Amino acid sequence: MITESQVYDWLDEVKDPEIPVLSLVDLGVITRVDIGTNSVKVNMTPTFVGCPAIDYMKQDVVDVLSKHGVKEVEVNVNFDTQWNSNMISDKGRKALKDFGLSPPPKHNLIVDIDILEHAECPNCGSIDSVMKTPFGPTACRSIHYCNSCQETFEQFKPL
Amino acid sequence: MNTQALKELLYKIADDQLILGHRNSEWTGFGPLLEEDIAFSSMAQDKVGQSQALYQILHELGEAEPDTVAFTRNAVQFHNSQFVELPNSEYDFSLIRHFLFDTAEALRFEMLTQSSYEPLAKLAKKIQGELRYHTMHANTWIKQLGSATEESIGRLQKSLDEAMPYALGLFEPSEFEADLISENIFGGEEALKEKWLAKVKEVLSQTQLLLPDVLTLTPKVGGRKGQHTEHLQPLLDEMSEVFRIDPTAEW
Repeated sequence: MITESQVYDWLDEVKDPEIPVLSLVDLGVITRVDIGTNSVKVNMTPTFVGCPAIDYMKQDVVDVLSKHGVKEVEVNVNFDTQWNSNMISDKGRKALKDFGLSPPPKHNLIVDIDILEHAECPNCGSIDSVMKTPFGPTACRSIHYCNSCQETFEQFKPL
Repeated sequence: MNTQALKELLYKIADDQLILGHRNSEWTGFGPLLEEDIAFSSMAQDKVGQSQALYQILHELGEAEPDTVAFTRNAVQFHNSQFVELPNSEYDFSLIRHFLFDTAEALRFEMLTQSSYEPLAKLAKKIQGELRYHTMHANTWIKQLGSATEESIGRLQKSLDEAMPYALGLFEPSEFEADLISENIFGGEEALKEKWLAKVKEVLSQTQLLLPDVLTLTPKVGGRKGQHTEHLQPLLDEMSEVFRIDPTAEW
């Protein structure tokens, strides 16, 4: 019999294709797992509605669970639980920082300009930084400049 | 629930997102500075993605697949406002349109988070958060360029005067307005317009730009009923060019 925690362990192998150090579980996009007899139904939700990586992630979930011998895998992408950046785990936040991406500050679900203006520089740890633009190389990243170490860096956007 | 009213509502919102998303994507490679090139490209990606999620809800209500809906209709079958189909023109016009449209869109989705139609309410909660970045971007630039030099203020004012009748066309009432309101699907275009005007005034009051007197303007309506300018069909032809070569291709 497959257990839910076993499925989460297996899903920890599936990484975000655009941030390969971060698993889908740590990213918080796996919203529910239903276990049947030799079948698993995974519910997931995108970080951003227009995220082009969602189809890859969906296929990777199928591939990993099939590899572990699950006969029937169903992946259902929906908005029943809406993703927000507070759902990134502490392990995920550390992985982001080690990768050179500033993790999103936790917030009360209202993102205003103030919390964007003082992103923590992943290179030197200073919060003396300015947001250059809220739009970066992917939908989920913004671009900042650190006044202390004078490096440009990216932040995973708080949402 | 009046499904016809719901579908009409979903179509017009999705079509606005898709068409403006496409217009935004036309800035890719042409932005006045790199950050703006990336900003309009990112907003294009968000808007096209949001339209897809709305077409998916329509598909679950019995309409065709999202790709079929997006790429095989002709201009008369589109429900977008004429405002979003207008060419990008110069950056000042694109920026004014971005500000006027996204202010309305953010408020529309905020209202839709209360919709009695649950799939739409859930999606609206998600989209609302994303649009905050779009309005933040628009407001930052409008405040900055709307109080900067004689040229920047003059250009934005001219674009604002040109855009305003089209922007008012966003709120063209549906024939199902009463049903949408009484069934709590959507609070209605008139209520949205009031909130929008208040927000637009609040931002413009921090600039040297003057809001034209809306009572003297005739809104450019008809888009919601398939009446479009000559600019929409060429946009659709270009957008669907690759799809039409082989509609059954796997991507």
